[in-house]
Amino acid sequence: MFEILRKKQISPEGFLIRIKAPQVAQTARPGQFLILRVSETGERIPLTIVNWSRSRGYIDIAFQVVGKTTYLLSKLKEGDAIIDLIGPLGNPSKIERYGTVAFLAGGFGAAAVLPIARAMRKKGNRVLTVLGARSKNYLIFEKELKKTSDVLIITTDDGSKGIRGFVKDGLSEILNSEKIDIAYCIGPAVMMKFTSEETRKHSIPTIVSLNPIMVDGTGMCGSCRVEVGGKTYFACVDGPEFDAHLVNWDLLLSRLNYYKDEEKLAYESILKQR
Amino acid sequence: MNQSSSKGRKKFNPRQKDKSISINERISTFKEVPLGFTPEQAILEAERCLQCSRPRCVDGCPVMVPIKDFISLVKEGKFIEASLKIKEKNALPAVCGRVCPQEDQCEKACVLGKVAEPVAIGKLERFVADYEAVQGTKEEIKPPERLPYKVAVIGSGPAGLTCAAELAKSGVEVYIYEALHEPGGVLTYGIPEFRLPKNIVKREIDYIISLGVKILTNQAVGANISLNEIIRNYDAVFIGVGAGLPRMLNIEGENLNGVYTANEYLTRINLMKAYLFPEYDTPIKRGSEIVVIGGGNVALDAARTALRTGAKKVTLAYRRTESEMPARKEEIEHAKEEGIVFEFLVSPIRFIGKNNTLRAVEFQVMELSEPDESGRRKPVPVIGKTKLINADIAITAIGTVANPLITKNFKKLKTNSRGYIEVDDNMMTSLKGVFAGGDIVTGAATVILAMGAGKKAAQSILAYLKNK
Repeated sequence: MFEILRKKQISPEGFLIRIKAPQVAQTARPGQFLILRVSETGERIPLTIVNWSRSRGYIDIAFQVVGKTTYLLSKLKEGDAIIDLIGPLGNPSKIERYGTVAFLAGGFGAAAVLPIARAMRKKGNRVLTVLGARSKNYLIFEKELKKTSDVLIITTDDGSKGIRGFVKDGLSEILNSEKIDIAYCIGPAVMMKFTSEETRKHSIPTIVSLNPIMVDGTGMCGSCRVEVGGKTYFACVDGPEFDAHLVNWDLLLSRLNYYKDEEKLAYESILKQR
Repeated sequence: MNQSSSKGRKKFNPRQKDKSISINERISTFKEVPLGFTPEQAILEAERCLQCSRPRCVDGCPVMVPIKDFISLVKEGKFIEASLKIKEKNALPAVCGRVCPQEDQCEKACVLGKVAEPVAIGKLERFVADYEAVQGTKEEIKPPERLPYKVAVIGSGPAGLTCAAELAKSGVEVYIYEALHEPGGVLTYGIPEFRLPKNIVKREIDYIISLGVKILTNQAVGANISLNEIIRNYDAVFIGVGAGLPRMLNIEGENLNGVYTANEYLTRINLMKAYLFPEYDTPIKRGSEIVVIGGGNVALDAARTALRTGAKKVTLAYRRTESEMPARKEEIEHAKEEGIVFEFLVSPIRFIGKNNTLRAVEFQVMELSEPDESGRRKPVPVIGKTKLINADIAITAIGTVANPLITKNFKKLKTNSRGYIEVDDNMMTSLKGVFAGGDIVTGAATVILAMGAGKKAAQSILAYLKNK
């Protein structure tokens, strides 16, 4: 059992929770994720590890309520426990001295961007970040990203803060005055698809962190298979990071939507029960 | 034994047969199919045993169950004693009684089998194990004298569980590391409820826990914990992680929605209980026309499972013919009774989809070649002849390969060209004190062979520890 030490609401449907998990904290690295299960009848879902303390034995995860499991997770209180949790899983990000690294974060992608950006900064890179969300109260980790970035640009779809527009518009802004050596683009699949189209135009090597549906997370089932450069990979063990310009986005998007009806049914029935 | 020797030729009572649930109940539920022997049947069957002075059956058993002795106890109606007798050698009797291919092992070697039908050893094993579970054991498990050793077992499938039970019985402190949230390995995620009920798996794992074995779940060695760390903290290690990676066909359309690997399909259904969605949260698509590709036990498990999810038509497509199918005969019979359609001599060449979702599978029609040097007839394509089968779900069950998770960051652990771990005659790997067995050494095989390997490794580990 994994005790929830702290819980904080960070956006209208978003939460940050701190979990006691000393073993996970001990080896967690930027770019890795965990898989958890909230109840005895629950499904296994992957979530990025946002932050950790090896000495104090905790990890932080952030999630947005989008279905039954994240709903149940959001209803847990400090002192409650998560029944199953395994991590860190997946390959860590390659933290090297690239020069200038751009982080293009859409919505909850900021949760995955934060630890990578921190490590890149620490490694001596110049860190430029574009943080985008649909509206100002959906911007997460703004303060943390500001602290870890040399430049932070905010975009909102509705213009309630920063540039009115999408993350790619923030990227254009940066490109007016900067040369980017490598970009990390993390967010909803559609956002990653369109934003990495922009980086391709500017020949910027771009890495994305993919979030397909997973079951075991250890390479056993193949639920999370993705096509990159015409080859099939299992995102859980071969990824989650891949070359954005080689990803078959349409396949990823359709696989993400495969259980849409079931997900809706499960979510609606739990909302009715409560 | 009923042996009227009127004309110098002994006659034997027919082999007892247990009842099964009705076909209708079978295909609409996940209930176990065979019901098992009644006590009367068990005694009648036990009376058929010749009690050979030199029994051959045990030679056919990878874990050396004392078959003659336990059957003798059944004959006397001492069912619980019979079960305890088996457990001296086999910690998973109710599992083995259900999923072992007895026809290729103990029952194949049975002396009675030369003149009549062999003794139904598997059904008897299942009966006594179930009887003991219901009636309860009278004897308390006596803790053995403790040895000053601590051993890590990686993987809680048949190999790991057997190795752990064996070591615990000898007084070793054992910790099992399991990647999933439930122990059991293939017994839990792979073999379906109707062939191996999960409460029975749980019961036998609880027995192994009662021997003092500790199971740590959510521990994927090579991912969230390194093999190095395990080696540092234990006196010896056993690796029994199975061959967990699904083999892919690598043909067009394999990543379409609706194309599952058998591993994913069965894990969703068995481990995550997707057949009970929405009571359980993990979904599975309930197709109307389902095609399963493969001819082994996993393919049959997937096909029979698919039928139980409500599919109108389930086709099993195999590139050879029925006589080459590696699956157990009993399972093939069950599948036929349940209405699975068999398509032989077809090999998939492409999955056809619309809007990224499967619609049909195209097959190359095959024929068997003349026997080669080994006498095996290989399937070869009939040029220009293909076949289309409509399908909204396809399940590929063409085998599994080694999962590199544990070995890839640990080059000192020697593997062969296919990624399986190399071991010596004592099942020790290239690392001193690190042993391995089961599918991760041999490639995908059976539950009982993995158990045999786990048992043998436990004996080698004990010898190694004592000479250390």
